[in-house]
Amino acid sequence: MNDFDQIALLLLIIVPLAGSLSMMFMPGDENKATWYFAILIGLISLVLSLVIFARYDYDQGGFQYLASYEWLPGPLDIELALGIDGISAPMVMLNGLVLFGGVLISQTIHHRSRDFFVLLFALAAGVYGVFAARDLFFLFFFYELAVLPMYLLIGVWGSSTDFGTFLRSKEYGAMKLLIFLVAGSILVWIGILALYVEAQDAGFGTFSLSGLQVLAENGAFDSDFQTLVFPLFMVGFGVLAGLWPFHTWSPDGHVAAPTAVSMLHAGVLMKLGAYGIIRVGMFLLPEGADNWMPVLITLGTVNVLYGAVSAMSQTDLKYIIGYSSVSHMGYVLMGIATLDNIGVGGAVLQMFSHGMMTALMFLLVGSIYHQTHTRDINILNGLASRMPVNTFFFAIAGLASLGLPGLSGFIAEFMVFTGAFRTYLPLAILAVVGVALTAIYILRLLARTFMGESDQQWASLKDSSPVEMAVGGAFVAIMIFVGVWPGPLLDVINVSVQTIPGV
Amino acid sequence: MNSLSDNLDLLTPEFALAGLAFLVFAADLLLAEGKKVYLAWLSIAGLIALIVVSLVMLWDEQESLYDGLLAVDDFALFFKVFFMGMGVFIILSSMDFVENKLKHQGEFYGLLLFSILGMNIMAQSRELLTAYIALELLSFSLYVLAAYAKDSAKSNEGALKYIIVGAVSSAILLYGVSMVYGTLGVTKFDDIATGLASASEVSPALWVGVALILVGLMFKVSAVPFHMWAPDVYEGAPYPVTAYLAIGSKAAAFALILRLVAEGFAPAAERWEQWQLVFAALAALTMLVGNLVALAQKNLKRLLAYSSIGHAGFILAGITALSLDSDLATNGVMFYLVGYSITNLVVFAAVISFFNMTGREEIADLGGLAENQPFLSACLGMGLFSLAGLPIFAGFTMKFYLFTAVASEGYLWLAGLAIFSSLVSLYYYFQVLRQVYIEPVPAGEEGGDFVEQNPALSRAPSIPMIAVLTTGSGAMIWLGVYPKPLIDMVESASRALIG
Repeated sequence: MNDFDQIALLLLIIVPLAGSLSMMFMPGDENKATWYFAILIGLISLVLSLVIFARYDYDQGGFQYLASYEWLPGPLDIELALGIDGISAPMVMLNGLVLFGGVLISQTIHHRSRDFFVLLFALAAGVYGVFAARDLFFLFFFYELAVLPMYLLIGVWGSSTDFGTFLRSKEYGAMKLLIFLVAGSILVWIGILALYVEAQDAGFGTFSLSGLQVLAENGAFDSDFQTLVFPLFMVGFGVLAGLWPFHTWSPDGHVAAPTAVSMLHAGVLMKLGAYGIIRVGMFLLPEGADNWMPVLITLGTVNVLYGAVSAMSQTDLKYIIGYSSVSHMGYVLMGIATLDNIGVGGAVLQMFSHGMMTALMFLLVGSIYHQTHTRDINILNGLASRMPVNTFFFAIAGLASLGLPGLSGFIAEFMVFTGAFRTYLPLAILAVVGVALTAIYILRLLARTFMGESDQQWASLKDSSPVEMAVGGAFVAIMIFVGVWPGPLLDVINVSVQTIPGV
Repeated sequence: MNSLSDNLDLLTPEFALAGLAFLVFAADLLLAEGKKVYLAWLSIAGLIALIVVSLVMLWDEQESLYDGLLAVDDFALFFKVFFMGMGVFIILSSMDFVENKLKHQGEFYGLLLFSILGMNIMAQSRELLTAYIALELLSFSLYVLAAYAKDSAKSNEGALKYIIVGAVSSAILLYGVSMVYGTLGVTKFDDIATGLASASEVSPALWVGVALILVGLMFKVSAVPFHMWAPDVYEGAPYPVTAYLAIGSKAAAFALILRLVAEGFAPAAERWEQWQLVFAALAALTMLVGNLVALAQKNLKRLLAYSSIGHAGFILAGITALSLDSDLATNGVMFYLVGYSITNLVVFAAVISFFNMTGREEIADLGGLAENQPFLSACLGMGLFSLAGLPIFAGFTMKFYLFTAVASEGYLWLAGLAIFSSLVSLYYYFQVLRQVYIEPVPAGEEGGDFVEQNPALSRAPSIPMIAVLTTGSGAMIWLGVYPKPLIDMVESASRALIG
């Protein structure tokens, strides 16, 4: 199987990318056939992701599945270098799961479904690429590839929200998301150029992450430089991770997006931001990270509280979940900022756990919205009697979100708090308050929407479709599995968290 | 000193190109009305043959003709092939337009060929007056082409502005040349470099002369603050000519600037460092103004005009970073010129197709195009993505390469500014994309149905257009994903330039 290891990551990127490109040549009016083809691509991607995760050897640790292909030698020294470690391996698996789930439930897309899948797979290829890239050029290449199809995905297939007094149109959400994320990527790009120039001054200009890391270990980046450049990555990637106060694109964007895109975006794409901070910021600029962590953990705490308070006052189901994502990404940022191996491990686990949880929630809301055409919790009521399975899954996701023991969210948040208690006690206490706030908005949501008497107008509602149930059931099973027996996942994560300099 | 007729055969492609242009003029007289489209095919066949001839004859040739007036090297060859290739695609995408909307087809293609000849010599010349003559050959052809829609007031207005501004800028350039000659007594690029380097104190007249030459050239590439003519001319000129202005003439002017800077200024390292700041300021101004003003445009052609000003700013940033120590900047500029031209070609081919179908050129008219013309929309969409600098298209890779070159030469701030301007440009490109993919079809005349009023919208684009769009999009993706073959060629061109 050594041959497989050589090409596994390349396949992982090429399969969705080739799927995307080949779909462009399919006839535009064959919705069913397009969907089946998309399922096939999604399934291959999922299987590849699972195999890659399962075959990652955590006894050995470090980067595995290494492969590199010459791309542009010479002064720029760019090569397509691939490899994953214990931090990216769970993320690869997460992307496979959410992508496949998203494709399965996208059978409801009838309008120009070919174009939809072309963009969706381009996005997925970008996500895989970021997690697998060992070269800054390609990391950034795939990062942009993952971020940019969003505009059309939201603008064409999304939905606008009418609040009575004002309208949040899908075009607004799409453009806002685009501008924020690209503004973030400007900072990242400048940061990358600064790294290259600094490396060049040290006599060895390169974009290779391993090359840069060697330089970093040999002290090529002095302390001032690190302090200056780290915030570029912290804020630039942070925008995508929903870092307060640059998070405002996230609720608007997620709400306007079609279900599968919300799932992928909140479930996986926001993790790219956090991943970027770890991979580029912390691995290459440990001193800068050290200097900036108080800021990051403070902002992360604000994220937790601000997101939770905002979610409490929303009346639209998707906005509640959108703000809850902001709040939960706060735990991720806090965990990263503890620079403590338990805290950072918790952050990575939270990335996985939140990905599952929020994807599940968006899926369930999509299933409700598809039938009711409203997401207003003041109008929806008593859905439990009409959609029992949907309600059950929603309750599980909600409980995971407020950190019920036995579900994946608990372990992750517990580890983050442990890390934070060791390092920044006051902020850790504030963040625990955030959990209480989470309980308030989640229980409020569950009570208003699912409990109580159901109106006559909801009498004809059907439960989620079998496909949605299957996907939802799988996600619930994974959340419970990780919650009960986190060992396998944590082993993989921890082996690489220990290698982060300064942790 | 060699006699003038030595090595004359190295100029075969130029003589043949001039012959081809005259052949087109002559054939025009003989062909019956309605068969003039053969002239286009004749030009295309001729250009392709010349590309092959140039490649076979001049590959790795390193000669200097007429005591150093003209260079026959890989740099010139690179641009020659590039210009003639672009000519082929421009002709392909203008065939329908010229046949249906313009008169005097023969002259159109003939003039186009003459302008390509001018561009080829611009890339070859290593002496100020030769460069000037080549530039005028290009400009005069363009003046006529810009006025080609004789019945359109806009076209005439645009062309008049173009010829006045063009003449003034040529005069400024010529005055600069005379002052340089007056102080140094030379006009060859390498002699200027020697003069600049050896003079212990540069006389003010020389400074002014060099500055005036630059001003003249900046007019030609429409750098801010010498850009005012571009939007009006772009808007007024017939569509294919607009495309040609944005793609061909600009690239030719940059080819000339590249050689002038690399052979005439950069070797005088100390002086060049001072001029670098001037270039940096011009570049910064150009990219900011071009991209910011583009935000307010409603007309597609004006939008593309300001977009091309913005891109000229990026390329100028690359020129700023030019140095003899590293070929990154020259590579970057050439890579950018090729990628940008191909991308712009795709965009223009798509909007020309749309114009052929509907006769409209406002951005709002593109509404709902994706419903009726999925192929055209996809190509336009990819082109816009690439112009905005997004992967997997040429735009991303070329911007990354060029901005890295700028940063590595010590101009990180300029690279940062370029990256920021790129964000601004994203907004207006996506406004076009939004019309195409998200907005509904606009209302037709008198509230009627737009698609019914323009039945051509339901038919596929013409075959030559499809050919241009497919090849262009393919090339865009190829350059975005694996640019190494092009970079290899660019590197050999750079070696010819800076050794």
